[in-house]
Amino acid sequence: MIGSDVVIEHVGKSFGAFRALDDVSIGIGKGEFFSLLGPSGCGKTTLLRIIAGFEQPESGAVLLDGVNVLPEPPNTRRVNTVFQNYALFPHLSVFENVAFSLRLAKAPDATVRDRVGHYLRLVELEAHADKKPAQLSGGQKQRVAIARALINEPSVLLLDEPLSALDAKLRQHMLIELDAIHDKIGITFIYVTHDQQEALSVSDRIAVMNGGQVLQVGTPQEIYEAPATDFVAKFIGETNLYEGTIRSVSGQMAELDTAEFGTVYVTDDDPPPAGTRVSWTVRPEKIRIDLERPSSVRGGLNLLSGLVDEPIYSGFQTKFYVRTDQGATLKVIKQHADWSDEGPRIRWKDSVWLSYSAEDAFLVEVKR
Amino acid sequence: MKQGPGGLYAAPSILWLSVFFVAPLLIIVAYSFLTQGQRGGVEWKPTLDAYKAIANPTFLTVTVNTIVVALGATLVTILIALPCGYHMARSKRQNLLLLLVIIPFWTNFLIRIYAWIAILGNEGFLNDLLRFLGLTDEPLRFLYNRWAVGLVLVYTYLPYAILPLFSTIDKFDFSLLEAARDLGATKLKAITRVLLPNIRGGVFTAFLFTFIPIFGAYAVPLLVGGTESYMLGNLIADELTKSRNWPLAAAISLVITLVTTVGVMLLLRAGGTATLGSGGAGTKEPEEGAALPAQSVASAEGEPA
Ligand SMILES: Nc1ncnc2c1ncn2[C@@H]1O[C@H](COP(=O)(O)OP(=O)(O)O)[C@@H](O)[C@H]1O
Ligand SMILES: [Mg+2]
Repeated sequence: MIGSDVVIEHVGKSFGAFRALDDVSIGIGKGEFFSLLGPSGCGKTTLLRIIAGFEQPESGAVLLDGVNVLPEPPNTRRVNTVFQNYALFPHLSVFENVAFSLRLAKAPDATVRDRVGHYLRLVELEAHADKKPAQLSGGQKQRVAIARALINEPSVLLLDEPLSALDAKLRQHMLIELDAIHDKIGITFIYVTHDQQEALSVSDRIAVMNGGQVLQVGTPQEIYEAPATDFVAKFIGETNLYEGTIRSVSGQMAELDTAEFGTVYVTDDDPPPAGTRVSWTVRPEKIRIDLERPSSVRGGLNLLSGLVDEPIYSGFQTKFYVRTDQGATLKVIKQHADWSDEGPRIRWKDSVWLSYSAEDAFLVEVKR
Repeated sequence: MKQGPGGLYAAPSILWLSVFFVAPLLIIVAYSFLTQGQRGGVEWKPTLDAYKAIANPTFLTVTVNTIVVALGATLVTILIALPCGYHMARSKRQNLLLLLVIIPFWTNFLIRIYAWIAILGNEGFLNDLLRFLGLTDEPLRFLYNRWAVGLVLVYTYLPYAILPLFSTIDKFDFSLLEAARDLGATKLKAITRVLLPNIRGGVFTAFLFTFIPIFGAYAVPLLVGGTESYMLGNLIADELTKSRNWPLAAAISLVITLVTTVGVMLLLRAGGTATLGSGGAGTKEPEEGAALPAQSVASAEGEPA
């Protein structure tokens, strides 16, 4: 099977006065595992339904391999969907659910048996072929839905929060399976989720959406390390996000005046000129936390002292809320290493030193 | 299952069934084997006269006619009720539409039949309109034939089909239709392969709710029908009131009961096998089982016609 590239051009969709999608443009490559990530209600499902053919946008185009598919009805598009609630046919067995599109195409019985057998093996459900959907667990239903959507050999598979109804353990497992299936068949996956962990772990690229708009498209690393907007920074992972004014710029490094932490050094590909008001961010795991003042302080290192307000231990790491001397709070995450690396334990009310380099702190948005 | 209290709880319904169902049925069975009384009623001398009287061509013609009219009217009713129920289930104004369906019940059944006579009669509204438009000179004869009976029967029993269909379709998960479309089904295929099999129960109920009363119809063929559209209900009334042959009336009633019971059981069997049949590792076409009731109906209609 060969995937298609999908180009979404200036798509706009309103429900009454409500603007569900506002000038959305995304380019998705052949065979890519592409995620649409955003909070509930941001328009992910609407965009997916437009690609599948269940909604018509008021403006824009959806191109599959360069051809606008908007005039086509859903049944002729080479696109199949794994629905959020699975939408398995309750009156048909697992076998007949998967065989549905072949039966419609009046495929001969032998072909149907072969192909359905193949896809049931792919999702490891051969043993359940005769069961009705009601007799399956959530994870099994999910796999039937995937097999049913794949058997048609679509060039694009749309998945609408396919794991949201599963418990956490199973979700991890299914995510890995999905990734394996994607690697095996190589078609384009468009994966909708509101869970940033899911999106980060399997996607080739991610589009972060909010309020019907695409805020940033990029690889998981780009989205995480260099969020384009405050929203993306806050939505993906945990972060510290503050504002400041640029005092001076030298190359890719900028010196900020901040109300909370005094002078802060940050980097940016192309920092705006002095005097610009900006937001900046540093990820909690990029901040070192020590009981002693670090001995070597090089240029561009941000150094602060404060008091541990709240340590939250979770086994492999501890998260600290540290109140700095200036009175603001920074989140810091310390990964626990083996015993030889692990310094003395940091406790509640300890006074600590925080340090992070300018290369780990980024400018996010220009404010006005 | 627990035995003790079950029997106790069943007592009222058993009592109800014996007093209002079993007893009358036994009386009818008994009467059909007795001798005709002088002025109605029966004499307590056992005889098979009634059943001999039944075996005559007139009775056969009326029975066949009743089956044709009842099956035809029921099918048309369900075909109209299906899209109505579908539309109501998807509508945002469900309550209003439900009200509209129920409104006819506020007017007496006989008055509504007379309303149809006022519309379809020789001096009726429809003929006036046709004359006014200059389409006809002579009044057209709409009434007193099989078609008029069919029309009024469909009109009368439409709500009885719409309501069970609506309540079943309302519980249907419409995203299944999108799933079907996604997998390559046209709109029509999505309906025949996914909607219909899943609302089979409602179609079945609608069939019973319309076929059974229509099969025993009396007032409608009496008021808007002609001799050719005589139905078994009219025959019973005639035997009771005009010929005063109560045993014969009882025998005809039993025929009606028998036909409807056998029909219902066939349908139940078909419905039952359909539910079980689609469970197999499926060389079977998905909608095959679902189509069974319709097929048996169609072939039953085909035979006498
Ligand atoms: N058919 C519809 N009619 C009216 N509003 C809708 C319809 N479908 C979606 N919406 C609205 O559009 C917004 C986006 O919905 P959706 O695409 O389902 O969001 P998401 O999948 O990101 O949670 C929501 O506010 C939702 O209420
Ligand atoms: Mg959604």
